[in-house]
Amino acid sequence: MNATASPPVKRKLKVATTSLAGCFGCHMSFLDIDERILDLIELIEFDRSPLTDIKHCSPDCDIGIIEGGVCNAENVHVLHEFRKNCKILIAMGACAINGGLPAQRNSLDIRDILAAVYAQPGRGVHVPNDPEIPLLLNEVHPLHEVVKIDYFLPGCPPSGDAIWKFLTDLLAGRTPTLGHGLIHYD
Amino acid sequence: MSNGQDTKSFFLDEDEIPFEEGQTIIQAALTAGKYIPHLCYHPEFKPHGSCKLCTVRIDSRTITTEDGQTVKIPGRAAASCTTPAQADQHVESNTPELLDLRRTLVQMLLVEGNHFCPSCEKSGKCMLQGLAYDLGVMDPHFPQYFSKREVDASHPDVLLDFNRCILCELCVRASAEVDKKNVFSLSGRGVTKHLICNSESGLLGDTNLAATDKAANVCPVGVILHKRHGFEVPYGQRRFDTAPISDNPVQYAPVKEQV
Repeated sequence: MNATASPPVKRKLKVATTSLAGCFGCHMSFLDIDERILDLIELIEFDRSPLTDIKHCSPDCDIGIIEGGVCNAENVHVLHEFRKNCKILIAMGACAINGGLPAQRNSLDIRDILAAVYAQPGRGVHVPNDPEIPLLLNEVHPLHEVVKIDYFLPGCPPSGDAIWKFLTDLLAGRTPTLGHGLIHYD
Repeated sequence: MSNGQDTKSFFLDEDEIPFEEGQTIIQAALTAGKYIPHLCYHPEFKPHGSCKLCTVRIDSRTITTEDGQTVKIPGRAAASCTTPAQADQHVESNTPELLDLRRTLVQMLLVEGNHFCPSCEKSGKCMLQGLAYDLGVMDPHFPQYFSKREVDASHPDVLLDFNRCILCELCVRASAEVDKKNVFSLSGRGVTKHLICNSESGLLGDTNLAATDKAANVCPVGVILHKRHGFEVPYGQRRFDTAPISDNPVQYAPVKEQV
């Protein structure tokens, strides 16, 4: 009789990521975990993400990590897809949490902004209106104003160390906490 | 206490804190090296009692009911910056309930104004930010207000960004009590309350504020900023990069007058 039964193979958690109205800085910072990504990949597999180029979430994703706020109709659509397919949603970075830099336009009228951006000297204003271009919302919103968000990871961007601490806490079943030096709003 | 006749003391979270007659709870606690979170309290000015972050519970009791159960009756809640210390009081500050309430107050301040730290010159030395870090505020919880507020750049040396005002009145008190200039005041009530400048045009540039005035150097957040001095300290070396706000509480204690 073989006494050393092999332990059950742990299923890797499926992690999807995306950037909405963000700058991809949080994703770049995610890569700042450097070689620790090799330890991470023992525990997770990436699903929909700019890192894999998979276009849609599998229906059984465990964790969705979202960078950026919601500034247009496509952002709303993607955010709903993540909420529908991910058990846990994480808002990563300042823009996802309070709108951040893109939300600086919220004090201005969207028509004035478009007119200023697309004014062509002597030829009037030509705002692009191709139906493939997502319509802008009149205000940029943080994620938690649109769907339920389970965890928030502040920073602009959060440092690689903060992302590592946050994810390892979460994967170990602890409530993620960032102590002094890791919690940052800038 | 060694000389029980002269020195009185109270208890703060089970620590014995000595105090002098007339001291408030927060003054005695900070002098003894115990941190109580605060925003509108400042050791050099009269207490204001408006931010409520220094709220403590005083004299909670534990009673045993007829059926043998122990029940805690919470003591009264009071702002420790306006409440005089009294001998043998039992004061609670570092409890899960009070920390939760403080987090909620900070979250409400963060959504009411436009606090976008990445573009703020005060980031890294902002008391609101430092307090939020220390309390572990990870999210704003409430919907963002996105209030529309102006910037006043009329003064040659000092910039006013009203987007970040938390209405603590420290500049109002500094200008009235120390500078004797009455440059600032609060106007309006409730949601319309806002900081104003005392000049006919309403502009800071038309007041007699000088960059060296106490009022120009007391803002805990990023409203009153000195022009041409933004982002002088690099990221990683700023005040709250190196130490949390609760570090070394004696720095917030009132300075004893030299006799």
